[in-house]
Amino acid sequence: MQIEVKNLCHHYVGAEDNQPPALDHVNLTIDEGEFVAIIGTNGSGKSTLAKHLNGLLLPSEGECLVDGMSTLDYEYIWDIRQKVGMVFQNPDNQLVATVVEEDVAFGPENNGVPPEEIRRRVDDALRRVGMEAFRDHAPHRLSGGQKQRIAIAGALAMDSRWLVLDEPTAMLDPQGRQEVLGIVKRLHKEEGIGIVYITHYMEEAVAADRVVVMKNGVILTEGTPHEIFTQTKMLEELGLTVPVATLLADRLRAAGLDLPQNIITDEELAVALCQLR
Amino acid sequence: MLNDITLGQYIPSNSLIHRLDPRTKIIGLLLYISGIFIVESYLAYAFLGAFGITVVRLSEVPIKMILRSLKPLWFIVLFTALIHLFVTPGTPIMTVGSFTMTWEGLDQGLLMGIRLLLLMSFATLLTYTTSPIALTDAIERLLKPLSRFGVPAHELAMMMTIALRFIPTLIDETDRIMKAQRSRGADFSSGSLLRRVRCLIPLLVPLFISAFRRADELAVAMEARCYRGGDHRTRMHTLAYTSLDRNAYIAVFVLLAIIIAIRIGKTCYGM
Amino acid sequence: MSITLNNVTHTYMTGTPFERTAIKNVSFSINEGEFVAIIGHTGSGKSTLVQHLNGLLSPTTGTVTVDGIDINTKKAESLAARRKVGMVFQYPEYQLFEETIAADIAFGPRNFGLNEDEVDERVREAMDFADLDYEQYAQRSPFQLSGGQMRRVAIAGVIALKPRYLILDEPAAGLDPIGKRIIFDKIKGLHEHGTTVILVSHNMDDVAKMADRIFVMHQGVLAANGTPKEIFAQRDLLKEAGLDVPPVTETLRCLKEHGFAVDDTVLDIDEAAKSVLQAVRGDRHAE
Repeated sequence: MQIEVKNLCHHYVGAEDNQPPALDHVNLTIDEGEFVAIIGTNGSGKSTLAKHLNGLLLPSEGECLVDGMSTLDYEYIWDIRQKVGMVFQNPDNQLVATVVEEDVAFGPENNGVPPEEIRRRVDDALRRVGMEAFRDHAPHRLSGGQKQRIAIAGALAMDSRWLVLDEPTAMLDPQGRQEVLGIVKRLHKEEGIGIVYITHYMEEAVAADRVVVMKNGVILTEGTPHEIFTQTKMLEELGLTVPVATLLADRLRAAGLDLPQNIITDEELAVALCQLR
Repeated sequence: MLNDITLGQYIPSNSLIHRLDPRTKIIGLLLYISGIFIVESYLAYAFLGAFGITVVRLSEVPIKMILRSLKPLWFIVLFTALIHLFVTPGTPIMTVGSFTMTWEGLDQGLLMGIRLLLLMSFATLLTYTTSPIALTDAIERLLKPLSRFGVPAHELAMMMTIALRFIPTLIDETDRIMKAQRSRGADFSSGSLLRRVRCLIPLLVPLFISAFRRADELAVAMEARCYRGGDHRTRMHTLAYTSLDRNAYIAVFVLLAIIIAIRIGKTCYGM
Repeated sequence: MSITLNNVTHTYMTGTPFERTAIKNVSFSINEGEFVAIIGHTGSGKSTLVQHLNGLLSPTTGTVTVDGIDINTKKAESLAARRKVGMVFQYPEYQLFEETIAADIAFGPRNFGLNEDEVDERVREAMDFADLDYEQYAQRSPFQLSGGQMRRVAIAGVIALKPRYLILDEPAAGLDPIGKRIIFDKIKGLHEHGTTVILVSHNMDDVAKMADRIFVMHQGVLAANGTPKEIFAQRDLLKEAGLDVPPVTETLRCLKEHGFAVDDTVLDIDEAAKSVLQAVRGDRHAE
């Protein structure tokens, strides 16, 4: 069971002919239960790619398969969307109902799930994102982080096996960012839910199993967080931020300290320095 | 918490009236209103009034809240009553200038005033005791039989829900855009009418653009959550009538029967 | 020359059951030429606070003066004082409304009563600030620009008013790191040319890099006021206010906990490296 993106190209309708495609022959496989972070600047094609994973956009060339079902096959589209849940950037523009639990119920209701089963799933989903106390609140009174947790619960209630999060923390304050990232990590680790996490924040991408770097509609490189975030030069050229521990290690190495190359967290830096004593 | 369910005036509680199925409340309200328009005698009004007071008591909504909601409407009530007082022909009480008050007019004016008051208090009671979602649900379900005649019941309900969801968001947004434009020297509150209308452009254009952007994003989010219209859709909260609703219907029909009996009695036997 | 708040309290919806005091007895001065940051958790009162600085909100009690003039009177000098303070809201691109970029930027200067020649000059300067070539872009629609460019045009619409004091609420929110760097470089440029900048942000890294002085808002009161070094040394206070320390501080703290004698108050990465180097070498000499 996996998501396979094969030779995927996407041209936006109405884009001028001389414009490069938004996605240019992208190949990517995401295994069940994997946590993949996608980083890249605006316009690198990462949001376009995300919208292909559940058939919100359809390939101009190539294909995208979810559990072997192609998004181009209209027969499967609802199964695909049910399996691959999405959370978008703006917390205000993805909640539909005037009450939290009604909103979480929206997905399963659309899929024709029986009422008692919806009830069970809604309660369960709210518990998994730690929002059960807010079940009868109005969404507009919640904080940004809480709204995003409700959006995640909405996908969980559909019984999604993958969550695609398109810059879910870009509009949140630091506390909201921690809340959302904490839940995503837990869903991945404890429940084995596959995560595709698009972000600008390196602190968040570090949590992933694999990091994919995109630029101008192509995948530039991919690897473990250690492989990617130690490439200080490439990241800076791309205009992406580099973890402080990595930057510090670079400078210390330049000053003559014998530090290993694979430092990306504070803890790793501390341990490496201890060994020099 | 009072304002938590948002908008309108819903007062959360667990009273008998709150627990009624929203469909019962809507149909009950419609029957009561038709009752109001059947009535012509004070005796029948006494019944209607007593029924109304009982329902308000059962709803546990403070009388003060009902009176408060009637405040903006006093003028209309007074105006209607006065018109009836002066234009109904009959035995004069006194004459003011070219207008003549009549006993019949007083009678009609009073009845009309009471009619309006009852009508409005009952309608407010519905919004006080029924959350907007429950109302939307009830309307969807009451209209459903009409969908085979082309009435878009589900779509109407969905539109109401989305409107209720986004009105507070758009109010906040309006406030922010107004402040941003005021910071750029815009003046929304002085000058001639024409000038003021023109001053709204810097507010309305961004507001529309933003509303369209939100609509667009929301549509994508709804699609991502498998929304495909009202067919095959189930609901978490299903509406189900209980014995409470049966009793409520009985009460309303008994009331109507009494009122109709009084009216028939009056016309046939001149009671 | 300064913006001074004297015991400012603001209560929303006074006299209703929804009455809520958003800021309480806030007093401070922002001197001309400073780069000040106001930090605080969502709901800490910082938005309410900054809206007092240019008269969008008036205090329930207390006074706000700009260059010595109370900005909440009906006098003409009060209006003139308010106009010295420019305000850029969060996501300012949502306030764009005109058909052309030039017309949108000209909106403010026209409202301020400048003549057409002056307006045109302001528009050219502001477009220069936004890195948009006048000949090429002036007559284009602002809605066809990229997100980062739209943001810069919207900020330019405030810059065109030539404010002496400029408030920016999360000017880089939602931008990618490149877009963010461009905006902050522009803001630093303005500051170097004499504009007093008041930055509202949750990003401690940005604040640490740019501000001379930081105000911490917590539950409607001014909880602390000092240089970045002073403020970020008070980790507990920041925690309580729901705020982080900058990533460099976090890293240095971690090293300190592992027994390295580093100075965890430095905020610059090169200084941090020096401090770590000293600590490591010091340890070696000691052995």
